[in-house]
Amino acid sequence: MISFNKYYNKFNILSLSLVSISLLLLIFKGLNFGIDFKGGTLIELRSNDNKINVSTLRDNLNQLSLGDISVKNFGNETDFLIKFENDSKKNVIEEIKSNLDKSFGNSFSFRRVENVGPKVSAELLKSGVIAISIALILMLIYIWIRFEWQFSLGAILALFHDVIVTLGLFSLLSLEINLSIVAAVLTIVGYSMNDTVVIFDRVRENLRKYSDIKIYELTNISINETLSRTLITSITTLLALFSIFFFGGEILKGFSLAMIFGVIFGTYSSIYIANTVLVRLNVSQKTILKEDK
Amino acid sequence: MLYFSKLRIICITLISLFFIFISSSNLFNSNNFLFDKKINLGLDLQGGSYLLLEIDNTPVIEQKLQNQIISLRNYFKEQKIRLNNFKITDQSLSFSVKKEFKEVVLNEFQNEESSINPYYPRFKSHQFDIIEKENNFIINFSRQGLVELKTSSQDQALEIVRRRIDEIGTNEPNILKRGNDRILVELPGLDDPMRIKSLLGKTANLTFRFVTNNNEDSFGSEKLKYEDTNEEANVSKRIILSGENLLDAQPRMNSETNETVVSFTLDRVGAKRFGKATSTGIGKQLAIVLDGKIISAPVIRDTIASGSGQISGGFTFQSATDLALLLRSGALPAPLNIIEERTVGPDLGQDSINAGIIALIIGFVLVIFFIIFKYKIFGLITNIALIINLFLLVGILTIFEATLTLPGIAGIILTVGMAVDANVLIFERIKEELKNEKNNLIAFDSGYTKSRTAILDANITTLLAAIILFFMGSGPIKGFSLTLGVGIFTTLFSVYFIARLLTVIYISRNKERDIRV
Repeated sequence: MISFNKYYNKFNILSLSLVSISLLLLIFKGLNFGIDFKGGTLIELRSNDNKINVSTLRDNLNQLSLGDISVKNFGNETDFLIKFENDSKKNVIEEIKSNLDKSFGNSFSFRRVENVGPKVSAELLKSGVIAISIALILMLIYIWIRFEWQFSLGAILALFHDVIVTLGLFSLLSLEINLSIVAAVLTIVGYSMNDTVVIFDRVRENLRKYSDIKIYELTNISINETLSRTLITSITTLLALFSIFFFGGEILKGFSLAMIFGVIFGTYSSIYIANTVLVRLNVSQKTILKEDK
Repeated sequence: MLYFSKLRIICITLISLFFIFISSSNLFNSNNFLFDKKINLGLDLQGGSYLLLEIDNTPVIEQKLQNQIISLRNYFKEQKIRLNNFKITDQSLSFSVKKEFKEVVLNEFQNEESSINPYYPRFKSHQFDIIEKENNFIINFSRQGLVELKTSSQDQALEIVRRRIDEIGTNEPNILKRGNDRILVELPGLDDPMRIKSLLGKTANLTFRFVTNNNEDSFGSEKLKYEDTNEEANVSKRIILSGENLLDAQPRMNSETNETVVSFTLDRVGAKRFGKATSTGIGKQLAIVLDGKIISAPVIRDTIASGSGQISGGFTFQSATDLALLLRSGALPAPLNIIEERTVGPDLGQDSINAGIIALIIGFVLVIFFIIFKYKIFGLITNIALIINLFLLVGILTIFEATLTLPGIAGIILTVGMAVDANVLIFERIKEELKNEKNNLIAFDSGYTKSRTAILDANITTLLAAIILFFMGSGPIKGFSLTLGVGIFTTLFSVYFIARLLTVIYISRNKERDIRV
């Protein structure tokens, strides 16, 4: 049996600092919002001329004075991702097309064009935030119904931890936040909850089974009993996610990366946050007696 | 938990076979097959354009208020009340009236039976709100009035958008209402929406009006620019003909001038008016105005009684074709703005499908090997259930002809990863039970029973996330939540019926042996 409970304090301090750092990052550095939430235009280009690189392409596009324009390679050397804030000039894509044709001949194909107006992006951001909030509230209620409030608090703190630290990591690495990241965050919420529920279920069962073991020991027993399940499920989920990350194409990279972070944090938080909340709130056999009556 | 009746076994087998059968219909291209249903590919996988259009109702509102001026003036004239200083600013209409009549005007507006409130009997609400400010009255569209106006302009706009897109002839366009002032257009297979965008960007409000030089035109006049130059001309506000009078419009080649023109045919009313105008106005210039710009202003040489004519204006064949198309399909009630556009080229779509399928296969194989390695014979059982689970998932998506998107594929892969969770929970539990219990059957039975609450709780929480995503999310997220949500149900079925059935068959054949999970 591994003594997870020995490190409760250390990991709580670690988590607290991770969350604080993440919050600071979110406040001062902010998130790198993609065009879904910020508005603007995104163009994915493929060139059949491998002499064209990011800087020649950027120089060419700068002739059009589109403002702050970002040009990056996307996946490989001949694919480019162009992003800029669009001040709703109508034929900007047509303009870019003809300017590129003029300078480079007919060597580009437009693989993807996305254009999101400011009104739509504001709505998408709002609905994303609402969706995540509703999900958190619903789960809180669900756990409250299924368990006692102490458990509910533990699960929710674990969830907040996962979401905030994942977003903090995205802020730190300047990774782009788009619609699929919202989906990833919500799935992380589901997954982390899933993990926590399984351990809590065991804690509750053990509270009934052993009348003389303190919660400090009891959580450790429960974590160990469910440990192999926790690991196997995390591993299979990660196997699937890594395969999306490496083979699923560029578009799914951000999504799968967020999920990978989320699964790792989710597994960690179910052990070291959800359970320590039970310990700190002094949950005992009495806590669940009410429910059994 | 271990007993299966014969009937149940047959049902489970039939359901599994049914879904395998249905899933397989995605592989054939036959239409006379018993099940010709197929999963639709989203625009991100098959390529195509997604356009979200917003109707700018400001001109409609101002037009309606403008009309209101006349009817208000006439209505109160009958009561010997003069309304003054009509002004439209910022989508509201203001006017003033002598002090002594203020009360009367206000009462008329609030009277439910007064004929300036034609809305009341029908909608039990006023079309306009009236407020008194300083010495003026200000009229605004009421909430109900605004909703009414928006819905009706949305209906009209939808019809015109549909006609224009149908004229271009893209395959299976999807044109839907969104809210009360938006229209969503999905055009599968279209990789360059430039032309459609420019066609939808035009209101196509066509009018024929005389060019006047004196400013004493009783209808008033306005200065309008020419389409291709910066020249201006003074054009009367009196409309002789409008686009509504057109029966047909076609691009033509004028054999004399060798110029591309748009020829049009008028309806009976239009032909009569056109004939009259051309007979009285010989020598005058008739301006052809499209969306506030003059295309051309030819001098009338002769009376045109045939009800057909030509518009010339330095067109290329393409621009003449587009103008003819716009005129045939009619004018939009209000301008449309494209507020969101997402276009995916077909080759990127194919690349995404390939990448998605490769990721699915690799993820699947990795998970399968890991499970076999971990659980041996029970791993095999889990894997069989997992494969049937995939068929169930694909089968259900096929039955509902759901749309599969790239995030949807990610949802399927994630389902594969998480679907084993329930089996793992069960087998780990059985392992624990086997430590204290010699009887295999009892150990397995209690393993299943004791793990049930955890499995249900875990799946319900994920389901909650999927449901919220489905209802709150847009486009790609919907696809993801759909596969994730359906995946939860098929997973539970495959765990509790297929995997359990196979497990029961295995242990009942090896009752006495020492089973290790």
